[in-house]
Amino acid sequence: MSLTIALNEHQVHCQEHETVLDALLREKIDIPYGCRQGACQSCMVRSLEGEPPVEAQNGLKDVLRDQNYFLACLCYPEHDMTISLASTEDRFTKAMVIDKQLLNAETLLLTVECQNSMDYYAGQFVNLKRDDGLIRSYSISNSRRHARRLSFHIRRLSGGRFSEWAHEELAVGDNIEVSDPQGLCYYLPNDLDQNLLLIGTGSGLAPLAGIIEEALHHGHRGDIHLFHGSQGVSGLYWIEEMQQLALEYKNFYYTPCVSRGEALIGISKGRANDVAISKLPNLKSWRIYLCGHPDMVNQTKRQAYLNGANLKDIYADAFHVASTTLD
Amino acid sequence: MSENNASLYDQLGGEAAVNAAVDIFYRKVLADDRINRFFEHTDMEKQAAKQKAFLTMAFGGPNNYSGADMRKGHAHLVKQGLNDTHFDAVVENLASTLQELNVPQSLIDQVAAIAESTRNDVLDR
Repeated sequence: MSLTIALNEHQVHCQEHETVLDALLREKIDIPYGCRQGACQSCMVRSLEGEPPVEAQNGLKDVLRDQNYFLACLCYPEHDMTISLASTEDRFTKAMVIDKQLLNAETLLLTVECQNSMDYYAGQFVNLKRDDGLIRSYSISNSRRHARRLSFHIRRLSGGRFSEWAHEELAVGDNIEVSDPQGLCYYLPNDLDQNLLLIGTGSGLAPLAGIIEEALHHGHRGDIHLFHGSQGVSGLYWIEEMQQLALEYKNFYYTPCVSRGEALIGISKGRANDVAISKLPNLKSWRIYLCGHPDMVNQTKRQAYLNGANLKDIYADAFHVASTTLD
Repeated sequence: MSENNASLYDQLGGEAAVNAAVDIFYRKVLADDRINRFFEHTDMEKQAAKQKAFLTMAFGGPNNYSGADMRKGHAHLVKQGLNDTHFDAVVENLASTLQELNVPQSLIDQVAAIAESTRNDVLDR
């Protein structure tokens, strides 16, 4: 008896005692692979219909397992499967702008309502598409309790085609297209006692605020430490809201940080990642979220790992700036 | 020679031992200023997975590595100046990792010998 593996336009028959990887390679389908024993993770693919066998997810990060990713070399199918090699093509849904507010001089809180309800996690991102096809990625800043409503923090970049348009011209009532949610930087309520460290720069607060809302909603019991950084105080926002949240939840701690200029009372001086690591040097068994400037994200990922965090517990989203006109 | 019939991989403790070793070994490598520049721009999770595949091989475990893979996988680093001293540093980190895990010296020597056998392929000679 053989099972069918569907991949794009291909239909591959997988024999008994044959892995998905072996079946694909036998049919000369080009798929990256390496060790063929579940260690190197080169042959990771995604099941588009239903969960893959649990053994085929050995060693994968929880968010990858949650999204039905698996290792083709470890997978002996139990039924017919439909799989994809990379993440699925962007599918867009229509949405309408229902609110615009400034969070600070340079950051816009944009809220849209989608035609269809979306299956997303706070911390994931979507691609927003303007009528002329211009696309930019933005993180979802609200928790998944609002199934059709999505909020984004859009930082105005000088010369940024999308962000300037969103700030200046996009109006309440206008339509915009929203892609399916993507990305792996989000909260799963699978260990309510784990301590969480969240570090964000600039509008990196957007996904982190959503993740915190989600964690508190699930009754997270471990400590939750948020460090939000910017060059100056004017680049921070939601300071009072976060301070209020810290008063309401005794396991939530908030540290705003500025890297240049004067720090006002209640604000730490230094880069958010440096302040965080100096306050919390031992990160063994912590879960860590890093969002914002790519240099901060990459540097802190390494630092957190060297300070004891497990790589599987580090969730990162580096915000790469699209416009080439920017420094 | 050892009277023990179990394979090196089994004597070391199989996959669980590899996982424990990767955790220590990769941190040592990243913290080692002699070699960490070669890892500056790598995806850490992919790199950790590669380290696991490498340690599995060095532990005498199941693997599909060929000399050609080793050459291909390190060619860009050889161009950046990867040489014997860097290879030595990696082997040293591997040995100290195993010492930290209280692995008997006779087994450490066997692991080091397997790692050593890849030297010419890694350095593309």
